[in-house]
Amino acid sequence: MSASASAPTLPASIGQGISDRLSKKASRHVKERIIETVLFAAAAFSVFVTLAIVYVLVKESWSFFEHVPLTDFLFDTQWTPLFDDAHYGIVVLLSGTLTSSAVALVVAIPLGTIIALYLSEFAGFKVREIAKPFLELLGGVPTIVYGYFALTFLTPILQKIYPDLPGFNLLSAGLVMGVMIIPYVASLSEDAMRAVPMALREGSYAMGATRLQTALWVVTPAATSGIASAYILGISRAVGETMILAVAAGMQPNLTFNPTEPGATITSYIVQVALGDLPHGSIGYQTIFAAGLTLLLMTLFFNLLGHWLRKRFREVY
Amino acid sequence: MLQATDLNAIRAIITRAKRWDLFFSLLGILSLMIGILTFVVLFVDMAIQGVPRLSYEFFTSFPSRRAANAGILSAWVGTILVMLVTALSAVPLGVAAGVYLEEYAPKNWITDIIEINISNLAGIPSIVYGLLALGLFVYYFGFGQSILSAGLTLALLILPVIIVATRESIRAIPQAIHEASFACGATTWQTVRDHILPYSSAGILTGVIIGMARAIGETAPIITIGALTFIAFLPNAPFSGDPPAGLFDWIFAPFTVMPIQMFNWTSRPEAEFQVNAAAAGFVLVFMTLAMNGLAIWLRYRLRKNIKW
Repeated sequence: MSASASAPTLPASIGQGISDRLSKKASRHVKERIIETVLFAAAAFSVFVTLAIVYVLVKESWSFFEHVPLTDFLFDTQWTPLFDDAHYGIVVLLSGTLTSSAVALVVAIPLGTIIALYLSEFAGFKVREIAKPFLELLGGVPTIVYGYFALTFLTPILQKIYPDLPGFNLLSAGLVMGVMIIPYVASLSEDAMRAVPMALREGSYAMGATRLQTALWVVTPAATSGIASAYILGISRAVGETMILAVAAGMQPNLTFNPTEPGATITSYIVQVALGDLPHGSIGYQTIFAAGLTLLLMTLFFNLLGHWLRKRFREVY
Repeated sequence: MLQATDLNAIRAIITRAKRWDLFFSLLGILSLMIGILTFVVLFVDMAIQGVPRLSYEFFTSFPSRRAANAGILSAWVGTILVMLVTALSAVPLGVAAGVYLEEYAPKNWITDIIEINISNLAGIPSIVYGLLALGLFVYYFGFGQSILSAGLTLALLILPVIIVATRESIRAIPQAIHEASFACGATTWQTVRDHILPYSSAGILTGVIIGMARAIGETAPIITIGALTFIAFLPNAPFSGDPPAGLFDWIFAPFTVMPIQMFNWTSRPEAEFQVNAAAAGFVLVFMTLAMNGLAIWLRYRLRKNIKW
């Protein structure tokens, strides 16, 4: 073949068009880079938020710990920061947080797990389509409304059963908090269960297992890591919940693990101080940051544990 | 050869196993009912207590020392203004972050840090955001206990919700759309602007509504920044007041919001204020329910209509 196709020469006008387009491309490139940088800044902003949280909490807590030795904070058994005879034993607030969380988990973990197993393994398509939005709505109710419900509806009912129960108590706050957490536990556990491949279930059914046997002995073990991280997320929610406890559990600091008593938690203490009128920079003002730092460390621990569990025990199919 | 007795034994095992199945089904329905019934009881109880109190005056009166005269005017106006600030700051930021992570982000350690960080932010209790805002917005930036501080605080709180919703709805768009757009010579931004954002907008809207529904009910962070509970005036309208205020002066005004008004009434011992609390709570639950319901309906429509 003769190379009659000498390099195709383009008419000048088209060449002009290309260089135009090339120069347009250069400006387009710059614009693209600017947009990318702006978008990156938006994404990186979240890191800034975390750093700001840590900075603010650590800075104010630092001034607090210059006044109060760490050993007092950890081992004192009284929490009276606003009295003349001030004591700063965080254990008192921790006991309230742990007691109410324990009550909430006693409600949320069994019910949440059963609901998840039911929705993922037993319920038909229609039931699931109706039940899931309802659970979502349950999770969307403002917590102040739950607090009101615990104080004015559940506590009087509980008082009929135990006449000695005080008007403010950790029990009714914890129970309502448990109901609030059910949707989180249920929907995350259900996601984990539905991620278990169908073939495992089919294998189990082929061996003659019933639905319940398959659910308990095949699906649950395969979804353990997801279920465990759902529980941990539930714990972290319970520890950080504020308004239910502030409204229904009373706000007196009380070193107790008995849920039928009133008590303050880390979160409700912060609310109590914020409602008052403490001057900026006073030691009382700093206590809420020390309490907040404790809370942040606890939830961070649970979140990391959940993350680790999910990674460590994830079955790879 | 199976003996008849063996067969009967096997049948007995099967019957027993099936009975357990049935038992667990009932247990599951019962558990589900406990959750749903709690919700229904809560709603009905609040409606019975509160609805008789709802009247035109209740929405147009300021809080008062006398329960019968008290209303939620300053509370609902405050809620709307705070939500406005929240939406205007959280939505652009959240959508931009979501778009970056889905469409631009290279696979490297910086992206990993951002992703881990966002999932971590979602797990931080809301009251900690309140402490951040108290230290940063109220005192360091000097915004004071204003609508601006509150709106920005709630914006930080719902940022992860919006980012996650944006990413999920972008991920639902098939890769072929990207490829077609790139093949026509579009740049990444042109693809995002003309295809990705329009196609994912309904999904993003769903996430935004859910986030706003959460923000509307948040009490703890706003109490923490020191919002007042008794506000008997409205922020100045733009270009009004004495001396005449500018367009955005209201963002520095003191305020109260619905959940705080409700908290204030709940914590009073008098029974009449409890009725007010129930009425305010009913309005609040109704608002969040309507928003969540809208989001659920949108998602349902979306799943039905779009078949890629």
